[in-house]
Amino acid sequence: MHGYDYLLILAFFSLVLLPAPLLGRFYYNVMEGKRTFLTPVMGPVERICYRLSGVDPSIEQNWKTYTIALLAFNLAGFVVLFAILLLQGSLPLNPQGLPGMEWSLAFNTTMSFVTNTNWQSYSGEASLSYLSQMAGLTVQNFVSAATGIAVLVAFCRGISRRSTQHLGNFWADMTRATLYGLLPLCLVLALMLVWQGVPQTFAHYVDAVTLQGTDQALPLGPAASQIAIKQLGTNGGGFFGVNSAHPFENPTIWSNLFELVSIILIPVALVFTFGHYVKDMRQSRAIIACMLALFLIGGATAMWAEYQPNPALNVASVEQTAPMEGKETRFGTTATVLWAATTTAASNGSVNGMHDSLNPLTGMIALANMMVGEVIFGGVGAGLYGMLLNVLIAVFLAGLMIGRTPEYLGKKLQAREVKLLVATLIVMPVGVLVFGALAASLPGPAGAVSNPGAHGFSQLLYAYTSATANNGSAFGGFSGNTTFHNLMLGLSMFIGRFGYILPVLALAGSLAAKKSSPLGQNSFPTHGPLFVTLLTVTILLVGGLTFLPTLALGPIAEHLSLGF
Amino acid sequence: MSSVLRPAVSLIVLMTLITGVAYPLVVTGVAQVAFPDQANGSLVYDDHEKVIGSELIAQNFTGEEWFHPRPSAGAYATVASGASNLAPSNPALATRVAEDAAKEKVDSQGPVPLNLLTTSGSGLDPHLTPAAAEYQVSRIAAARNLPRESVQKLVADNTQTSLIGPPVVNVLDLNLGLNRLPSGKAVN
Repeated sequence: MHGYDYLLILAFFSLVLLPAPLLGRFYYNVMEGKRTFLTPVMGPVERICYRLSGVDPSIEQNWKTYTIALLAFNLAGFVVLFAILLLQGSLPLNPQGLPGMEWSLAFNTTMSFVTNTNWQSYSGEASLSYLSQMAGLTVQNFVSAATGIAVLVAFCRGISRRSTQHLGNFWADMTRATLYGLLPLCLVLALMLVWQGVPQTFAHYVDAVTLQGTDQALPLGPAASQIAIKQLGTNGGGFFGVNSAHPFENPTIWSNLFELVSIILIPVALVFTFGHYVKDMRQSRAIIACMLALFLIGGATAMWAEYQPNPALNVASVEQTAPMEGKETRFGTTATVLWAATTTAASNGSVNGMHDSLNPLTGMIALANMMVGEVIFGGVGAGLYGMLLNVLIAVFLAGLMIGRTPEYLGKKLQAREVKLLVATLIVMPVGVLVFGALAASLPGPAGAVSNPGAHGFSQLLYAYTSATANNGSAFGGFSGNTTFHNLMLGLSMFIGRFGYILPVLALAGSLAAKKSSPLGQNSFPTHGPLFVTLLTVTILLVGGLTFLPTLALGPIAEHLSLGF
Repeated sequence: MSSVLRPAVSLIVLMTLITGVAYPLVVTGVAQVAFPDQANGSLVYDDHEKVIGSELIAQNFTGEEWFHPRPSAGAYATVASGASNLAPSNPALATRVAEDAAKEKVDSQGPVPLNLLTTSGSGLDPHLTPAAAEYQVSRIAAARNLPRESVQKLVADNTQTSLIGPPVVNVLDLNLGLNRLPSGKAVN
C-alpha cells in the first residue's frame, strides 16, 4: 500500500464519522417535525404535499394503521413503476426508442427498487428509457429509503415512548425523510458528481468517430441525479450496467470518494438519531462501536486478501501483483476493496469493480457482510432497525445468563417480543438457504452460473444472499435474467424487506404500549464494552452458525484450491 | 379505505413529480450552466469540430504505432459495456493472461504489467498505469521512428497523480499527443 491508499482510508473515515453526530441530530429534528435551517425552503412544499393528499401530520397512528399506510404506499409505488417499465416503449423521453420490458424482468426490477435492493438483471444503457430511469427508478430510490427511515423512527418511538399506541404518522415520516433527509443532500452530491464528469443531460446518445475511425456511441442521460440518490439512499442500482465501475458513473478517484462516503453517511448518522430518541447517546456510541468493529474486521481481512497475487497467474512473463481483473486503473486495489466492504456492509450494492473477480476471501467478506443481515451500518433506516433486533436478542441472551427478565432501556422483553424477534431470524435462512438450495438443485436455474467449480456455487449463493439481504450487488457472471430467477429473487427481496418491516412495526407497537421501569441496579447496562462484545459475538454467532457451511463450500474451497 | 388510498396514490404522484421530474430537471439546469463540458459527456473534438470520443471512455487502438488500452471483455462496446466476471480460479483467466503475456512480452524488459493483461470492470477503462504505458514506449518509438525519449516524455507529461489514488495515464490523451509529436525522421 502507498501513501495515497492510507490518505484515502483516512479521508473516508473522517468524512463518514465526523459529520454523523450533527447529521444525526438534524434527522431527529426533521422526523419530529421541529424547525431546521431547511424549513423555510421545504416547509411550503411539505405543506402542499399534505394538503393535496389529505394528510394531517399531527394525527398519530397505531402500529397497525402505520403498517397499512406503509404497505399501501409501497403497493402504489409498485404498480406505478411496474406500469412504467412495461410501457416505456410508448411513453415519452425515450430517445433511443427502447421497447417495454419483458414481464418477469419488469417484476424483478420493480420488486428490486421498491424493496431498496436494486438487484439489476438488466443493463440500464441498453434497456431503460430516460423516463424509466428518472420518473421510475429514481423515485423508488428516494421513497424506499424514506420508508426505511420511517420504519426506523417508528421503532425508536416504540422504544422511547411509554404506555401509548402512537408511533407517529407514516405519511408525514415518509414525506419528511424524502424532502429534508434525502433531497437536499442529493442535490449537492449530484452537482459534485457532474463537476467530476458524470453526464446530466436529456440529449440523445452521441455518435463519435474514434481516432482510428470506428463508430462509437456514447451513452448519456440524466445520470448524476440518479447516481446521487442510489448512493445516498443505499439503493445501489446503477444508471449504467456496470454501475460505479463505469467511467461515466464514477469518473475520478474524487467522485469515487464522494460516492463511497455517501453509501454510509446516512446509516451512520441515524445511529445518533436513535440516541436522541432514547435520550442516551451512550447507546448510540455502543452500537457504533459494534458496527465499526465488525466493519474493521471484515474490511481489514478483505484488504489483506485482495493484495495477494493470484497463484493461478504465476507465470514468468506476468507481473506478480494484486489482481486487476475487473478493477479500474483509476481506483486500484485499495479503493475497490474499501468500496466492496462498504457496499456490502451497508446494503447499498453498487460496485466500482467486479466482485466476481475478487480473490475468494475478499468475496467471502462481501458475502459475510450481507449474511449477518445488513446490520453493519446497513441500509438507510433498515440497517439500524436490523441492528436493534440484534441488540434485543443480545439483551435476551444476557437475561437468560443472569436469570432475570430481559430489559432494554426500561422495556421488558416478554414472550410476544421474543416470538417476533425469532420471526425475523428465519428470514435470511429462508431466502438464502431454502430458495438458494432450490435454485441450486434444479438443472435449469443452476445453469445460470458462469464460472466452474466452487466459485460457481458462490455465484448462486451470492445472488440469493444479495437479494434476501436487499443488497443488490452481484457476482456479475450469474445470468439472473431468466423467468425462474427473476421471480425467485423477486420473492427473496420481498421477504427480505417485509419479513423484517412487519415484525419490527409489531415490536414497536408492543414496546410502545409497555410501561417503562426505571433503570435499576439489576438492569443489564447496554452501553459498556461488555455489552458491545456480547452484541458483536451474538451477530457473528447468529450469522456464522447459519451460513458457515455455505461459505466453506464456496469461497473457502476456492481459496484452498488455488493454493494461496 | 379511502383514508389510505388517497394519501398513498397522491403521495406517490407528488413524489414522482418532486424527485422524479423536478429534481433531475433542476440538476440538469444547474449542471448545464455550471459544468456544460462534463454534463454532456466530456467530449473530445478534432480540428473540424467532430466528436472523436470522450475523455472518459476507452476506445480501441490497434497497430504498433499507438498506445493500446487495457483489453476489454466487451470489445469496447459502449451499449452495453461489460466485464469478464472471470473468477480468479477460472482456468479461462489463466489461459488468456498467459497467452496475452506471450504476445505482449518485450525481451529487453521485465514481465508484462498485469494492468495490460487484465480486463477492467467497465470494459471502458480509459486509463493505464504509468508502468503499463511505459512498457509500450519502445514499440511505439520504433513504429513511428521517433526517439524513445520523446515518447517516454509524453507518458511522463500525461501522468496524473492524486492525493488519494494511484497515478494514471489517459490513453486517448497519449495517442492525441503522439499525433502532435513532430513526425519521426528516417534513420538511414
